[in-house]
Amino acid sequence: MGRLTEAAAAGGGASAARSAGPPPAPLPLSSTSPGCAATMASSEEDGTNGGASEAGEEREAAGKRRRRGLLATSWLTFYNIAMTAGWLVLAIAMVRFYMEKGTHKGLYKSIQKTLKVFQTFALLEVVHCLIGIVPTSVLVAGVQVSSRIFMVWFVTHSIKPIQNEESVVLFLVAWTVTEITRYSFYTFSLLDHLPYFIKWARYNFFIILYPVGVAGELLTIYAALPYVKKTGMFSIRLPNKYNVSFDYYYFLLITMASYIPLFPQLYFHMLRQRRKVLRGEVIVEKDD
Amino acid sequence: MKHSEVEILDAKTREKLCFLDKVEPQATIAEIKNLFTKTHPQWYPARQSLRLDPKGKSLKDEDILQKLPVGTTATLYFRDLGAQISWVTVFLTEYAGPLFIYLLFYFRVPFIYGHKYDFTSSRHTVVHLACICHSFHYIKRLLETLFVHRFSHGTMPLRNIFKNCTYYWGFAAWMAYYINHPLYTPPTYGAQQVKLALAIFVICQLGNFSIHMALRDLRPAGSKTRKIPYPTKNPFTWLFLLVSCPNYTYEVGSWIGFAIMTQCVPVALFSLVGFTQMTIWAKGKHRSYLKEFRDYPPLRMPIIPFLL
Repeated sequence: MGRLTEAAAAGGGASAARSAGPPPAPLPLSSTSPGCAATMASSEEDGTNGGASEAGEEREAAGKRRRRGLLATSWLTFYNIAMTAGWLVLAIAMVRFYMEKGTHKGLYKSIQKTLKVFQTFALLEVVHCLIGIVPTSVLVAGVQVSSRIFMVWFVTHSIKPIQNEESVVLFLVAWTVTEITRYSFYTFSLLDHLPYFIKWARYNFFIILYPVGVAGELLTIYAALPYVKKTGMFSIRLPNKYNVSFDYYYFLLITMASYIPLFPQLYFHMLRQRRKVLRGEVIVEKDD
Repeated sequence: MKHSEVEILDAKTREKLCFLDKVEPQATIAEIKNLFTKTHPQWYPARQSLRLDPKGKSLKDEDILQKLPVGTTATLYFRDLGAQISWVTVFLTEYAGPLFIYLLFYFRVPFIYGHKYDFTSSRHTVVHLACICHSFHYIKRLLETLFVHRFSHGTMPLRNIFKNCTYYWGFAAWMAYYINHPLYTPPTYGAQQVKLALAIFVICQLGNFSIHMALRDLRPAGSKTRKIPYPTKNPFTWLFLLVSCPNYTYEVGSWIGFAIMTQCVPVALFSLVGFTQMTIWAKGKHRSYLKEFRDYPPLRMPIIPFLL
């Protein structure tokens, strides 16, 4: 787990470099499962964001963008605008639901379609890495998106009894704020007009959002355990002609356990990156 | 004879670590590494990376000081590669594990399956055959490590042994658990399937061994020379006509055979993961062959004839 580069840390939270390509010192914000941390050490392509000073990186970023080509840049800009919009819609829908109904019960059901569309769409970010228009490693992006897809499709969608748990709202709020910040950060970076407050948000929100999101996810999985055990869902038992077995209940337990080693590593890495960037920023401002 | 001087600096901090005077110009990097170890005994030669440029490539042990682009005072940069372990040690450990672990499951040692099954034996022939094949495979690997292989590098980073053993031992336990399980289901097409699978397995084991012997004969004992491998009189080596790394091709073939024989998904997964890793290695090897030899046979693919 040694060489966690900055963008690599993006793995755990928002995959910073995933869709926007050469953003200055990207930082993860979404509180996805830290499962991605395991593969982050192998992300060597994220070197662009290894903590160079903001100014230097932006210059470098501009150079990379020129190389990337007009089509790719246009597509990425469109993609990030669309995703920002999508998660904004989700946020507004959630607020409106709560204002109208006064309860979180039924909230998931009301927004689930939108959530599934936009979270599943994020699979494209893996493709962006594959074709090279974004400098993040495919593995990092893959693991990140997978952990989100896992939560949405294999936990909240499939295990209906837990959809009204408070913990679901907890991680939904964390994800929503994170993604809006992240995608707008990419959008503005691509357009070369990054407002300071977006950058500030990106480097500070995670401090609260990441633990909140992780808490929401863990509590949700925990709430789902009894139902999984009772129904034996997604499980295969012996004997069968393929001589394999799978117990979803134990799989979930192992997934939960994996948060323990991974979350602190990721979180502290993100804190270190933040310190590096903020320190670098002060120097840049002085020159102004 | 004019002597050279060598100063060794830390690649990261540029701190002067060592100054060697009266170094023979014909000295090799290996000899310089030995001299460096005298002043810094914690950095034995295997964990030293010396280079001309702090960010450059490591110099080879065989490189001669005189032939490098340096003056009479050579400046070398040092990087610590971390604790090292010999390839032989790693191979022996990672292969002995599966051999032993599989047998624990085969003999149904207590605490794996229910107590009523302790030390019982499977009633399926294929389970006994599978044990023989699996054990043979790893015994072959151990013997090849001791007597056949000639390694380009002596050592690898220490953390690799934990990574590698987890992989081999973990998968061996996972496969063995199902194959030797009291509720194991033998292959759908019965004896026909098992016979075919066994034939594939045996042919590929022989093939893999033939390639290992051919590669060994390419390189004289103690040397690190590299040559293009060519087919020999042994028909199993004729696969060299079509692939750069037929040893990997045969290895994948063996595991596919074993998967068909046992009709066990974990075995198929193990084959798939192994195939992925070996393909990466084969592509790398193929690329370095192409780079090193201008006259490399163009028909050859890295691992699968005509395809990959």
